[in-house]
Amino acid sequence: MDVLLRMEGIQKAFSGIPALQNAGLELHRGEVLALMGENGAGKSTLMKILTGIYQKDTGRVLYDRGQGLEEVTYHGPKDSERDGIAIVHQELNLLKDLTVAQNLFLGREDMAGLFIKDRQLEEKARVVFESLKIHIHPGELMDRLTVGQQQMVEIAKVILQEARLIVFDEPTAALTDSEIDQLFEIIHSLRKKGIGIIYISHRMDEIHRITDRVTVMRDGETVGSLVTATSSKDDIIKMMVGRVIFEDPKSAPSVGEDSDVVLEVRGISCGKAVQDCSFQLRRGEILGFAGLMGAGRTELARAIFGADRKDRGEIFIEGQLVEIKDPHDAVQYGIGYLSEDRKRYGILVDKAVDENIGLTDFNQIVRGSFVDEKKLEARAEEYVQSLRIKTPSVKQEVRKLSGGNQQKVVIAKWLMRNSQIIIFDEPTRGIDVGAKSEIYALMHELVAAGKSIIMISSELPEILRMSDRVAVMCEGRISEIIPIDKANQENIMSAATRSIVI
Amino acid sequence: MNRIKKIFSNQQTVVVVALVLICLVFSLMTPKFMQVSTFTNIAKSCYYIAFMAIGVTFVIATGGIDLSIGTVAICSALIGGVFMEKGCPMILVLLIMLLVGLLFGLFNGILVSKLGLPAFIATLGSMMISRGLGSIISKTKTISFPQGDEPGAWFRELFMVTREGGILPKNFPTGFIIVAVLGIIMALVLNKMKVGRYILAIGSNKEATRLSGIRVQNYEITAYVISGLFAALAGIAYVAVYSTAQPNTGNGFELDAIAGVVIGGTSLSGGVGSIFGTIIGVFIMAVLKIGFPYIGVQSHYQLFITGFILIFAVFMDIINRRRKAMNK
Repeated sequence: MDVLLRMEGIQKAFSGIPALQNAGLELHRGEVLALMGENGAGKSTLMKILTGIYQKDTGRVLYDRGQGLEEVTYHGPKDSERDGIAIVHQELNLLKDLTVAQNLFLGREDMAGLFIKDRQLEEKARVVFESLKIHIHPGELMDRLTVGQQQMVEIAKVILQEARLIVFDEPTAALTDSEIDQLFEIIHSLRKKGIGIIYISHRMDEIHRITDRVTVMRDGETVGSLVTATSSKDDIIKMMVGRVIFEDPKSAPSVGEDSDVVLEVRGISCGKAVQDCSFQLRRGEILGFAGLMGAGRTELARAIFGADRKDRGEIFIEGQLVEIKDPHDAVQYGIGYLSEDRKRYGILVDKAVDENIGLTDFNQIVRGSFVDEKKLEARAEEYVQSLRIKTPSVKQEVRKLSGGNQQKVVIAKWLMRNSQIIIFDEPTRGIDVGAKSEIYALMHELVAAGKSIIMISSELPEILRMSDRVAVMCEGRISEIIPIDKANQENIMSAATRSIVI
Repeated sequence: MNRIKKIFSNQQTVVVVALVLICLVFSLMTPKFMQVSTFTNIAKSCYYIAFMAIGVTFVIATGGIDLSIGTVAICSALIGGVFMEKGCPMILVLLIMLLVGLLFGLFNGILVSKLGLPAFIATLGSMMISRGLGSIISKTKTISFPQGDEPGAWFRELFMVTREGGILPKNFPTGFIIVAVLGIIMALVLNKMKVGRYILAIGSNKEATRLSGIRVQNYEITAYVISGLFAALAGIAYVAVYSTAQPNTGNGFELDAIAGVVIGGTSLSGGVGSIFGTIIGVFIMAVLKIGFPYIGVQSHYQLFITGFILIFAVFMDIINRRRKAMNK
């Protein structure tokens, strides 16, 4: 097979600290290569060297521009784009107030004198969308598309630039199942055209569905490559973390019916998203919330936490009716909330670890009116130890930690506040496999210590592995609450799609 | 080399070095510059800007802006002055002035925090309101504050010794001590006290702070109230130094104050704030303003140069930020 790209012996250090050591990969024309590794393994650094955002210290990048392999050096993304190397980023680079077509042709508009020929652009966009079987109106405002549709636009944009090599960086993180199917169809057709694809993802099942080979990185090094078809999930994970992880579903609930109810929610409604939801949460229980995207799980959690105002409904904590008007009230009643979007709603990225941990309650660590810095550091240090947060010091800015460690900082924040009921919204989103099992272990420790957890998750294996009971939501309602010993993927999915006519 | 880099990545160090350099250049060019009276003049000319800058640093730290401080300073002085003319004792007059500032701060805070108006627009509105209100209440008359041996003139001693034979020499800029003491107190409030830490947290990520169970609205309002109070303090300093308050003035003071804040290294995007840097930033501008006439250059050159310094300061901030993001 034709080699399209070969990176070998790449080294890169940032202010003396090595990020990549002997990293590399080989990509063939018309191949989908999965690039895997824990967060911080060096995948994105390697990709940034490929596209010229970073400059390598040593090593070689060989790329076939059409006249065979030759050594290339890029000084910026514009440079590599010209040679047909494109990245579809995790975070979308789209302008929300422009139309789909305007976004597609941004900077390359057809002009009539000083004016943009919008209609012509829309026509061109329609042709591209048709070839990709994407059903989006080119004149629609970007802002009104779903995240999945926006992703499709981003992909169309890359294809329009006649890319020969496309890097997908966790493209499915925000997509629904049907959108994922559509994406994979597009990737298939790209592969047929002979385009080389590097596919970064943490989702094991996708790797098997879509990729030909897997290249695994660990700690800045390329560990090796496997042919996907002949490798099992455990083979790949073993290579990534150097150990086997077992993901067995839980067989029986670990809390009895006799355990007392710490939280009871009766008839909560909140706009259209949440309608008449009621459930109970017992001490020491993990109550999983399954459902499709947009089923109203996050909205329900936010209504309970007081982040959004609920229209109706009552909340009882330890049997007492309580009024929760804002998150401040919820926190007073011992509820903590870990958002699915950590960077926006969970952490202060430019503040230190200890500042983030202390944030929920500086009252505990003030001497007089002053924040007791020593105590703050000491308490943060305790949590860094007990939650095994990997950070050089508690003074480190949180932005420099990996996703898993950032999540632990948020957990520490709620432990610091002594929260008894903790809502985890997608607890392991964007977190690599190794850190995932650590988060799971922490959650088990929390419930063992008598705390109770509501866990919203879109990953069924996670739901089945962690929950004692599974509440399934569908179109704003709780359609069923299934004890874990009776739950399986099939009955959860059927409850999640109960009222949706397919 | 790395150490030099490190020093220069800290804007506070840079502004201090810049201040020293500017003073050095002036004193090399003319021996007249290095005199006590020069320092007195510099100090005197920047009290009111310094107070406003200290206050507005809190608002900027939340990621907001307060454009009303200049006109609020004059408005509070005018309202206080009207009461003074009615025969109010000076101490009461000063308290009334502070109250006016506080109320404007509260007004701004409620608009921005509770009603969700953009800070720029809300405070632009109260800038006009305070300017208009000052004219209405004073009936557009300039108000003179007591001097010399007139009753009530004592308050000017807070900023400048006007009599011989006291503990401190005549013309001693006592106001400088007030600026320094309040500066230290407010630096502690901003960086070491709970309220300041939450103000900085709001500037860093308001929604994440709210979802941590913090009543962000209360802290945001506090920042605007501090800004308003310090604007009133600036009004007091202004009439102490210049003796009169004129309706329809005060416009533009806020921009000098904000420039000082930015030169001092506080980022307009919020989340960080340095009172020390702010005071040095204000000082740099004042030194240029007072210093240029000493070397025979007209003072409007000060504006010209300050503009470049401002742009350079923000540019440095952006470069440092970028470097930080790259080192991730």
